[in-house]
Amino acid sequence: MISVNPSTSNMEKLDLHNLPAEQTALDIKNLNLYYGEDQALHDISMRIPKNRVTAFIGPSGCGKSTLLRCINRMNDLVEICRIEGEIEMHGQNIYDKNVDVAALRRRVGMVFQRPNPFPKSIYENVVYGLRLQGVKDKRVLDEAVETSLRGAALWDEVKDRLNASAFSLSGGQQQRLVIARSIAIEPEILLLDEPTSALDPISTLTIEELITELKEKFTVVIVTHNMQQAARVSDQTAFLYMGKMIEYADTDTLFTTPSEKQTEDYITGRYG
Amino acid sequence: MDKMNMSKHISGKFNEELEAVRNRVLSMGGMVEQQISDALEAIQKGNVELAEKVLSSDHKINKLEVQIDEECVHIIAKRQPAASDLRLVIAIIKTIADLERIGDEAERIAKVAKESFNKDQQQLLASLENLGQHILSMLRKVLDAFARMDLEAAYEVHQQDEQADRQYEALTRQLMTYMMEDSRSIPKIMDVLWSARSLERMGDRCQNIAEYIIFFVKGKDVRHVSPESMERTVMGNKLD
Repeated sequence: MISVNPSTSNMEKLDLHNLPAEQTALDIKNLNLYYGEDQALHDISMRIPKNRVTAFIGPSGCGKSTLLRCINRMNDLVEICRIEGEIEMHGQNIYDKNVDVAALRRRVGMVFQRPNPFPKSIYENVVYGLRLQGVKDKRVLDEAVETSLRGAALWDEVKDRLNASAFSLSGGQQQRLVIARSIAIEPEILLLDEPTSALDPISTLTIEELITELKEKFTVVIVTHNMQQAARVSDQTAFLYMGKMIEYADTDTLFTTPSEKQTEDYITGRYG
Repeated sequence: MDKMNMSKHISGKFNEELEAVRNRVLSMGGMVEQQISDALEAIQKGNVELAEKVLSSDHKINKLEVQIDEECVHIIAKRQPAASDLRLVIAIIKTIADLERIGDEAERIAKVAKESFNKDQQQLLASLENLGQHILSMLRKVLDAFARMDLEAAYEVHQQDEQADRQYEALTRQLMTYMMEDSRSIPKIMDVLWSARSLERMGDRCQNIAEYIIFFVKGKDVRHVSPESMERTVMGNKLD
């Protein structure tokens, strides 16, 4: 049942602790995050490599989604949230005062747990971001729709009904539509926050298959509760526990010979 | 046992399944041990009845191997074991294959035991005794190491195989001298030689099992590596 992804196993293993700048998509440095008095993230430092899939795993409340949200500054919307440390993208700290958050989010797309298509046609969903950017040329839009829907492995299923409502699609199709919407504006990084937890197993496998294709063009960061999913789709995995990053290693190593006992207990389903 | 940390899964059923399959491996090991010990006694004492018993018991070991394999397949399919659980299942699957082959070798010795040897030739059989006891103790020790996932004990067994190899070589030379002295005895001596060969192969398989134990504990495959690299793996404190 589990689809083996040959590209994962053939990929050379990166030295995650000494990743050269040209291979680094994101450099997270000593990140601390507080919600009021509570510290949700403790001194997280990691480099996320380009064109790879990086998974964050850990029990509920461990801070994995919080960490993911830091990458496109979603936590800015939380009033009591305070952040220390840096996240560098192309050598620039995304938390610098002069960073335009809207521009940042164009470069860092996000897909959530529940598919959230807009109440519009399939076509309009995909071109939504481009229209916001002021693109009006019908040919450009048409082409973007086809490319994005192909990229999200949805084209063949919807090409004859692009003007149908997005809500007419199944849950799995809606989620792929949302991914198509995200990639239409050609971000560099795609954040996926439990993208398959509301989907059935077959749709889940389709999305997983898609994720391994997406990394050709994008850097993918995924948060998942499903450890087997992390094992299947990711190239490297970070295990977080109580706001701390316990272990960050290539996925093959982490799932066969983790070096930390807490990681071992978590991935084998033991009491901590 | 504590090292295996087996009872701590959130799923009690998973604990039970792993515990059950592990116990089955140990009882399979016990059966194989009995087979060798019976085969050795049969050949020493010319006890045909005991040899027959060995021959008629081998199928039980084979059956157990199939059963354990099946249980492991179920565990993999249903539980998707990771990390040490995964390594345990893999180590079990490989261990039982070697145990089964050790059982086959015991059967081969039992076949030889059914032949009749004259007085002179019985002396030859006595020379198998030393090697046989050494192999038996290796098997006991490796099974014990498996039960406790004891790294040091596994490594010791691994080292002991060299001694078995030396004994086997000495025995071969001795048997060749007999063959040169009396060519009519060659067919019987060949039987003894094959038995010695069987024992030597058992030692190699005990060594394999020791390697699987090291793999389980350390997470490193130590097959076909230099003795130095193996020592480093065994002596290192951490998984690396």
